Amino acid sequence: MKGHYDILIIGGGPGGAIAARTAAKAGLSACIVEKRPAIGAPVRCAEGIGMGALNEFVRPDPCFISAEMERAALVAPDGTTMTLDSETAGGKVGYVLDRKFFDRELVWQAAEQGADVAVKTRASAPLMKDGKVCGAKVEFLGSSQEVTADVVIAADGVESKFSKWCGIDTTVPLREIMSSAQYVMTDIDIDPHCTVFCLGNEVAPQGYLWVFPKGDRTANVGIGISGIKSGTGHRAKDYLDKYTAAHFPNGKTIEYIVGGVSVCRPLDCTVADGLMIVGDAARVVDPLTGGGIYNAMFTGDLAAKVAIGAIEEGDTSKAALMPYDATWRDAKVGKTIARNYHIKEYLIKLTDDKLNAIIQSASCVNLKEFSTLSLVKELIKRNPKLILELAALRELIK
Amino acid sequence: MLKVHRDICGYCGCCVSVCKEGALELIDAYLEVGQDCSNCGVCAKACPVGALEVVPE
Repeated sequence: MKGHYDILIIGGGPGGAIAARTAAKAGLSACIVEKRPAIGAPVRCAEGIGMGALNEFVRPDPCFISAEMERAALVAPDGTTMTLDSETAGGKVGYVLDRKFFDRELVWQAAEQGADVAVKTRASAPLMKDGKVCGAKVEFLGSSQEVTADVVIAADGVESKFSKWCGIDTTVPLREIMSSAQYVMTDIDIDPHCTVFCLGNEVAPQGYLWVFPKGDRTANVGIGISGIKSGTGHRAKDYLDKYTAAHFPNGKTIEYIVGGVSVCRPLDCTVADGLMIVGDAARVVDPLTGGGIYNAMFTGDLAAKVAIGAIEEGDTSKAALMPYDATWRDAKVGKTIARNYHIKEYLIKLTDDKLNAIIQSASCVNLKEFSTLSLVKELIKRNPKLILELAALRELIK
Repeated sequence: MLKVHRDICGYCGCCVSVCKEGALELIDAYLEVGQDCSNCGVCAKACPVGALEVVPE
């Protein structure tokens, strides 16, 4: 590890890796600092991503794809199922990844472009000069080092500590943290090409329970519930255990993971002098789906591109980095987050009866484009009253 | 004070994200509780597995 880089990236997940790859490809010196001893582990993810979303940043490779998805299913509190099919017959709509290999592949690609990688190396404090972030103090096996950089990209995930140390409030409101638990279960009866989302206040209060296949008889079975609904005897793991006991009593759990997913609005501002914040750390997770991989890669790539220009111009002030913030908010990513935040806020208030009624309105929906927007439009077509209740959304979903 | 039940903790960082004081830090597989902790218990509520507990001093 050198003493100075053009761009120093805190965190070796998809956001950090893509930022490093983009920066290194442009000829800048970049370094990823990852506090864990291994890239990609432990996994803290349900691992689903849309087909187009993945293709935008990396060529799909069987080495990091566990399964290909062709449809999805919404399960109502009363058990009614609505199947969501793609209009493209037999078409793939998405993937369930193997994040251990996926994250490693992305970091590998960054390294191949010339980026440095430091694992089991932890950023413990920002270096500040005249109120500007200019690097980080890093710890490795008991020794510490100061690394300076023209731009620091905080890609440190849900914990988002680095930006907090820089004076930016990244705290997630309790009601907007999805307290989550997941088992990788095997020897279970599933549709191996269908992602399942179970809704209901008894099943997953203010969240959902998912079954994301990773093979013919293997799946990520997980759940996220709102932090305000979590407590002794009714935590994410309790709900998950109840579901798996009822639905997969003979399944074997081969991996057990927990995590937090933010479903709040993004940070008010994702740049500061010398600092850019990307991915989960910037709270740019899709508030409706909880999906964060694509948004992390998108913001990581964009942050690096804006940083490259700023470094070339010799100005990495907040104002010079601001185009990053403005651009992602104005892009499809930002608009989808804004829209889906409203939809999420509406959905979490629904009673089970109402959810049942909506899902009962169609047993199968063919979507032209496999997205949450198309789904919402279809649901409104079948439940015209929804548009009245979703008044704030009318403009957003045209 | 905040007690971390290390045999239950899945070192996921969910608690870190909801801590207003920034008192929690996940150092690889070790959750550190800093002196800024106000014992507010938000983290204990958010924890997916019940690894955190506010206990009387």
